[in-house]
Amino acid sequence: MEDLNLPPIDYAALSPILILFGVACLGVLVEAFAPRRARHPVQLVLAIGGSVAALVMVVLERNTRVVTIGDAVAIDGPSLFLQGAILLLGIVSLLLIGERSLEAGGPFVAQAALTVGSEKDNRQAQGAPGNTEIYPLAVFALSGMLLFVAANDLLTMFIALEVLSLPLYLLCALARRKRLLSQEAALKYFLLGSYASAFFLFGVALLYGYAGGVNLQQINEAVAASQNSDILLYAGLALLAIGLLFKVAAAPFHVWTPDVYQGAPTPVTAFMAACTKVAGFGALLRVLYVAFEGVQWDYQPVIGTIAVLTMIVGSVLAVTQQDIKRLLAYSSIANAGYLLVGVVAQNREGVSSTLFYLVAYGFTVLAAFGVVSLVRDADGEATHLSRWAGLGRRSPLLAAIFTFLMLAFAGIPLTSGFISKFVVFGAAIDGGQSWLVVAGVVTSMIIAFPYLRVIVMMWLSEPAETTPTVSVPGWMTSAAVFIGVLATLALGVVPSPLLDLTNDASLFVR
Amino acid sequence: MTPDYYLVLAAILFTIGAVGVLVRRNAIVLFMCIELMLNAANLTLVAFSRITGTLDGQIMAFFVMVVAAAEVVIGLAIIMSIFRARRSASVDDSNLLKY
Repeated sequence: MEDLNLPPIDYAALSPILILFGVACLGVLVEAFAPRRARHPVQLVLAIGGSVAALVMVVLERNTRVVTIGDAVAIDGPSLFLQGAILLLGIVSLLLIGERSLEAGGPFVAQAALTVGSEKDNRQAQGAPGNTEIYPLAVFALSGMLLFVAANDLLTMFIALEVLSLPLYLLCALARRKRLLSQEAALKYFLLGSYASAFFLFGVALLYGYAGGVNLQQINEAVAASQNSDILLYAGLALLAIGLLFKVAAAPFHVWTPDVYQGAPTPVTAFMAACTKVAGFGALLRVLYVAFEGVQWDYQPVIGTIAVLTMIVGSVLAVTQQDIKRLLAYSSIANAGYLLVGVVAQNREGVSSTLFYLVAYGFTVLAAFGVVSLVRDADGEATHLSRWAGLGRRSPLLAAIFTFLMLAFAGIPLTSGFISKFVVFGAAIDGGQSWLVVAGVVTSMIIAFPYLRVIVMMWLSEPAETTPTVSVPGWMTSAAVFIGVLATLALGVVPSPLLDLTNDASLFVR
Repeated sequence: MTPDYYLVLAAILFTIGAVGVLVRRNAIVLFMCIELMLNAANLTLVAFSRITGTLDGQIMAFFVMVVAAAEVVIGLAIIMSIFRARRSASVDDSNLLKY
């Protein structure tokens, strides 16, 4: 019997992931042993501090290009860039999650197990301090995302997918008010999410049969040389793609998005919209570019069709929405379509433009949800669009910020939204996919309408008796909105530093 | 005895699970159907492990079992908390979020 050989492990390259897993486990211990009063500050500092430490390690390791721990994890340009992006967006979302000055006790329920509508539940809604388990949960989700974008074999990718999804299902269920909506969102997200990951897993099993292994390089070699039936390959790829396209909310796997975005607590929605999208597209890029390069001509038209469908569904249905969170959800679906255009381009610009788009969109959407969490009345957030009428008169600063963000979503020049659409469409034309660009431009015009409608409503209507007040944000929400707006503006005016960075980072190791 | 039959059986089980999620109404039953899909994937992995003569598939099956167990914990917690408030586990009753 031969001795077992441990594969070489590059701990420095893995350190961002390991730090976050460690911090999350530490957070669970704090939850068990720290006195109730101390938990919130301790957890907040721990979560943000851990993310900053991981970000520092990503920056220090920026020149690493290595496949490590038995070929399970690839630390290369795209994964380092995406990890950095996820951590930056994650830190800003943690600021939104940690905000406790907008309502007594914060946006999260005090005890998730309390029955909705019971006497104890009514008492907790009055302002019992919200639970602090959200921090370890959010950090677990973040660490899963870091692993997800770096996974170099499909088993690791599946585990990372579950590590990032399971905490998100729970986070959705933890709103302090409107708990029935929140729990319903969690149920829908959970059932559909695990349905999609079961498809992903069956795809992995079929590809294992096809290639004799689940390593992405191994699959790439098998695509070129395997004698096995092509049915295994195409069925496996299709099922795998279903799992990934579900996570990024592409049509026709988008139906969960509006319900979950509306029902989940707003900071969690922001976290999902920004970070999960980055992670999902990171994994999709790696799978398509590293493992299935050999069949790109076969899947390109399919993914292209899904991109067009996603753009159309997102933009047309956004026009009919009456709730600001649902509107932003459909906008997120449409943006997934634009991102898919970059993915299908199948060239180096395709990767770099998608990376740029993800960062630009992430910051804008975080700021937008930050603003949504500020518009409140006695029952909590006032998210119905009719309630926003006349907000510009009540609170010009907030309305001006939101107007700017809406214009960025619509892709007006001097905002990051314009540059990111421009680079993505440019890459698609270089890749010979002009039909996608036509669809993209047409749907951008359609989706500009609901954005402009919000702007017109805020500025041109008279405020009514029932127009909600705008809460004075605490420093954390202010910081999050400020960072988001600043990034949206900066990436629109001087995009070249980030464009150079994405260009350098756009090569996968093989 | 060829392992191919196990692949066919696994595909049938997976289909039963996938269709079950679409046609059934009780959240617990939906959940069982998803578990059935995961176990069909396990069976496929083990059968392919036998066919290709590598051990990876069997190792993966262990990982999947752990993930499935974790998923049960999360899922039942969510379904329980909804059941307490609504006294029903039917997914048709969760209809507050729409349009």
